[in-house]
Amino acid sequence: MTTTPMNEAAPLLQARHLTRHFKVGGAIARKSLHAVDDVSFTIGSREIVALVGESGSGKSTIARLLARVYKPTSGEIYYQGRPLSGIRARRDVLAYRSDVPMVFQDPFASLNPAYRVSHGIMRGLALHRPDVPRTARRAEAERIVAQLGLDGVGDVLDRYPYELSGGQRQRVGFAQALAYQPRLIIADEPVSMLDVSVRIGLLNLMAKLRDEEGVSLLYITHDIASARYIADRIMVMYAGHLVESGPVDTVLQAPKHPYTQMLVGAVPDPRAPLSASLATDRAEPPRVIDPAPGCRFRQRCPLAVDACGHVTPDLVELAPRHSAACHVAAAAAGVGELAVSARGSA
Amino acid sequence: MPSVQPSETAPATEPILRVRNLDIDYDTAAGPVRAVESFNLDVGRGEFVGVVGESGCGKSTMLFGIAQLLTPPARISGGTVEFNGADLVTMTQRELSATRWQSLSVVMQSAMNAMNPVKQLAAQYEDVMRAHGERSAKVIRDRSVEVLRLVGIDKEHLASYPHQLSGGMRQRAMIAMALLFTPDLVIMDEPTSALDVVAQRSLMIQIKELQQRLGFAVIFVTHDMSLVSHFSDRLVVMYAAKAVEIGPTRDVFADPGHPYTRGLLDAFPSIKGPRVPLTGIPGSPPNLLHPPTGCRFAPRCPHRFEACDTPPPLFDTGSTLAACHLHEPARVEVLR
Repeated sequence: MTTTPMNEAAPLLQARHLTRHFKVGGAIARKSLHAVDDVSFTIGSREIVALVGESGSGKSTIARLLARVYKPTSGEIYYQGRPLSGIRARRDVLAYRSDVPMVFQDPFASLNPAYRVSHGIMRGLALHRPDVPRTARRAEAERIVAQLGLDGVGDVLDRYPYELSGGQRQRVGFAQALAYQPRLIIADEPVSMLDVSVRIGLLNLMAKLRDEEGVSLLYITHDIASARYIADRIMVMYAGHLVESGPVDTVLQAPKHPYTQMLVGAVPDPRAPLSASLATDRAEPPRVIDPAPGCRFRQRCPLAVDACGHVTPDLVELAPRHSAACHVAAAAAGVGELAVSARGSA
Repeated sequence: MPSVQPSETAPATEPILRVRNLDIDYDTAAGPVRAVESFNLDVGRGEFVGVVGESGCGKSTMLFGIAQLLTPPARISGGTVEFNGADLVTMTQRELSATRWQSLSVVMQSAMNAMNPVKQLAAQYEDVMRAHGERSAKVIRDRSVEVLRLVGIDKEHLASYPHQLSGGMRQRAMIAMALLFTPDLVIMDEPTSALDVVAQRSLMIQIKELQQRLGFAVIFVTHDMSLVSHFSDRLVVMYAAKAVEIGPTRDVFADPGHPYTRGLLDAFPSIKGPRVPLTGIPGSPPNLLHPPTGCRFAPRCPHRFEACDTPPPLFDTGSTLAACHLHEPARVEVLR
């Protein structure tokens, strides 16, 4: 952001008690679907943070909150220390959009079929890069597509999306985002529509953007193996709550929340022997309409205790940089409600 | 085309389905495009066969060809699909209708699109059973409740419309419909691809349990090789309209004979063990309007050599059958 002095001490992006509810069930019913409830996290510079969870867990709602598509019901997002709700001037809105662009899931739907590839990139340059004079835009666009490994496609800038493969189109999506010289790219399931053999190329590209351009990424996915492959940190969502977060290897090797444990156990791994631990889990994720307090995972949880039914567990740090929102895990680590009450009664 | 059939890559049981030299063409303005070429497959009674490949490799077209569900511009231009001794390709519509649901059923990729959105589950199940001559409302009702119980859905949901079910339940309701009669073969086209990992895993386990209990055979098409790794008996890998590798699933994973299979395996990051950089497979599949004259994978293959200018037949690698000149007996001799 060029208009205000940057607060260097503040994290790149911080969400505090972020909440988004949607009204459902018609005008009279006044029910409210809690898509995201009281979620707090930070994203630093030059890091890839993976956000995982099943469909309906609120991952994409978080992406849209960060991209200012939705306004939060309550809570606040701070970008470089500045609250987003305070950004009103068009210039500041544009500056935020160029710093935090989004890459979408479906490369077949997210590019306008009527325009050549150059259109999206050059438009971004015209809107967000006053430092690039009109005459230099074409050269800059060529530099960007080369950086994304699209230079092998002859005259890619003059092609139409239908002439490109899925992997190439998704690279164009990243090229559009990169044209803004972003600080944080929000990538919502960017590789889930692609074939496995090209998926890895895109993941490597995302890691390269972090390492060479210093861009941070929020990588939203349900593919935990790919999250482990590129992310530095991982956040796990369940039914609108953040249930676990920490360094990716720590979380996946020693998951503390029973939901993360279930998720990690469900990942098909051809190199691992089959364990039938999940054979009995047929439960469905809850629809969180007007939820009562308590842990939202308790109906499916093998460890649920009495407290899970009426006290919503907070996300607390159970090991260095590794947090989970679970009464049982917290008690095991000697913190939280259960540990306190156990100590009180003893 | 010479094809070797050593015993370990043939089904262990007597085959109920024999596909021989199946060719499927799409008629386009630029001429016919062969989407499936010289495809051979035997499926044994009660066997679980996985078919993997990337988008556009012809795997779904092949399935539709087996089930005789192709619509123009696609057509079968050669070969036979022998099911329980009769050739499905030359069957009349009336004969096919009698076979469908009764002994051969299909579970589509998207249950939301495959089911009738304005009919309750009960009505859809009833349709299927009435079409096959069942008249008794009680029998229909009892069987509907029974198949829902098989897939773990409460009978209350017989009164539900598809949109009232979650994705996983819808897919299970589809599978229940496929089991209304006792089919010998259930063809599944990516039935789990719209689900997330936990639901996907529990559905796979359920399909496997049902298959073992009821003894039907399954052809399971997916783009996700790791998904079938624990569930299929044999695996077929397709690339650019052709089967490039066939073998027992364990052997294909442990010792892939085709460079494409190895490339696919190496494209999956693992959730355990050290984090190693992966490369995927450079390039993209060929345009089938003008496929390479030799091996179709050669332009992307790290091992290509002179012989790759001619199309490779399936060679016995010792554990699988792979369409790769690296396994040509003469060449293997020289290497030894």
